[in-house]
Amino acid sequence: MRRSRVRDDVTGWLFVAPVVVILGVFLLLPILMAMWVSLTSWNGQGSPFKSGVPFVGLDNYGRLFTRDDLARENFMISIRNNAYYVAIVVPLQTALALGLALIVNSRLLKGKSFFRSAFYFPSVTSSVAVSVVFLFIFSNSGALTQLLGFFGIQGPQWFSDARGVIHLLLGMDTPPAALAGAGPFGLSWWEWLSGPSVAMCAIIALVVWTTSGTFMLMFLAALQDIPVTLEEAAVLDGAGRWQRFRYVTLPMLRPTMFLVLTLGLIGTWQVFDQIYVMSQGAPAKTTLTPAFLSYRTAFRDFDYGAGTAISFVLFLIIVLLTLFQRRVMRERRG
Amino acid sequence: MRKLASVFTGYAILIFFALVFIYPFVIQIANSFKTEPDAAASPLSPIPHPGTLAGFERVFSGTDLPVWLGNSLLVTVVVTVGRVFLDSLAGYALSRLRFRGRSALFGAVIAVMAVPGVVLFIPKFLVLNQLGMYDSYLALILPVIVDAAGVFIMKQFFDSIPAGVEEAARIDGAGAFRTFWSVVLPMARPALITLTIISFQGTWNEFPHTLVAVQDPALFTLPRGLADLVSGSLGGGTQYPLKLGAALLATIPVAVIFVIFQRRFVRGANEGSDKG
Repeated sequence: MRRSRVRDDVTGWLFVAPVVVILGVFLLLPILMAMWVSLTSWNGQGSPFKSGVPFVGLDNYGRLFTRDDLARENFMISIRNNAYYVAIVVPLQTALALGLALIVNSRLLKGKSFFRSAFYFPSVTSSVAVSVVFLFIFSNSGALTQLLGFFGIQGPQWFSDARGVIHLLLGMDTPPAALAGAGPFGLSWWEWLSGPSVAMCAIIALVVWTTSGTFMLMFLAALQDIPVTLEEAAVLDGAGRWQRFRYVTLPMLRPTMFLVLTLGLIGTWQVFDQIYVMSQGAPAKTTLTPAFLSYRTAFRDFDYGAGTAISFVLFLIIVLLTLFQRRVMRERRG
Repeated sequence: MRKLASVFTGYAILIFFALVFIYPFVIQIANSFKTEPDAAASPLSPIPHPGTLAGFERVFSGTDLPVWLGNSLLVTVVVTVGRVFLDSLAGYALSRLRFRGRSALFGAVIAVMAVPGVVLFIPKFLVLNQLGMYDSYLALILPVIVDAAGVFIMKQFFDSIPAGVEEAARIDGAGAFRTFWSVVLPMARPALITLTIISFQGTWNEFPHTLVAVQDPALFTLPRGLADLVSGSLGGGTQYPLKLGAALLATIPVAVIFVIFQRRFVRGANEGSDKG
């Protein structure tokens, strides 16, 4: 009996060994190594684990929040940019995904699977390849500029336009005196309140276009789970279309809505590929995001300690969002 | 009458959005066959005037695209085969075998799925560098040859197979691996196909991992080469027909698989989302 238990253990662990070893070596170990590197000012020369690599303690983290220098400015700008990006992408992609799912799911319409595939296709293509396409569409002589031209609109020069959208909406080029002064973390209130830049809007358009399809599928699956009898009962009770949506469909979609919103929140804090291909943080740092900044700080400025510290702060943001999501979903189920 | 009007509006909205979602690809295809002045003058037109293969010729003669293509193919095939096999092994063990530490391990797999890829860029580079693997095929392949989400999908699938299936094999005295390989795995075909497709698609499109794993242009995969093409030396000047043509070549394999296996893709997307 005892021997067979041991044998079961050995068999089990043999089956999972490749996964355990590879995840251990390329996921767990790197995180531990990075924790160490984030406490040093290693510059990429030699090994970061030899003596002689300067140990700086929590300085790399402190710099991001407390010291008045370029590192903090860049980091705060990247947080601002990403926050606006999240605030626009998440509601937009959720609304678009829900809208598309509702229409595709309509019983009156045919061609369901064609439209479903058409909306989903951008999600499965290479982020780099579609970034190239959108770079062309948003280029100065590109398709969008021409399309806007048909309607007599003079489009902006998307990727060289660093003006903030909120500033543009207010019609102000220079800050009013009240906002020009220093705000939190070294950026002025005026800078904090810029809104996403015009260039960032082009990236937002691309991302909403690529991700909506995936979330539409989740809404579709949930819509198909709503019992038809429930709808019929509402019709019998004389509920109009809007009332049916508001009091029957929407409450039934709540778990999916929550999932889509939180997956959106988690995903949008990780935007990287599009930034790398389309703008590299330009113009005037307005498309800099923490993910891209950490990459740039490490691999272009060879400041691995600071780059890693940025990664961990981003990690913390995302983990908190994930824990929040899992907790709420578990409560729902339980 | 009202019904007719709402059907009409419904289709109008669907077709409008179908255009929004598909027309960028039309633009991509059309402009990759255009001359450069034509692409600049009429980017919206779906018909090249005149049509030319010059962009593609320059892609093949003036860039390393053939090398990138070969690397992408190699990496994608090896990683996909590896993931399907190794993820199934682990998924099966977590679902069916009894061993100490199993539930803790499953908890760890779930936790690992929550680790965001973007924060691993520098850490992955550190470990590849430390192990002397940086800038090699091994660096492109090994770190991504298993994935926690795949393990999770396979475990969920094996959970759904009735337990009696293995009894006969066990009575015949087959070992755990034999039972797994010749009895359970053949039943898992649907899940294996789904996993193959999402692994292929994910690996073919993978970009940031290549950024921290290699720097030698001879080791670039398609997305990496393409990104380099756009932001690097050839980025000067517009050269859009060439860039769009290269992007098109990177899109085609996944597009073909998508068209053939649409339903699997849809299932994969929903399974991936169900992991909370």
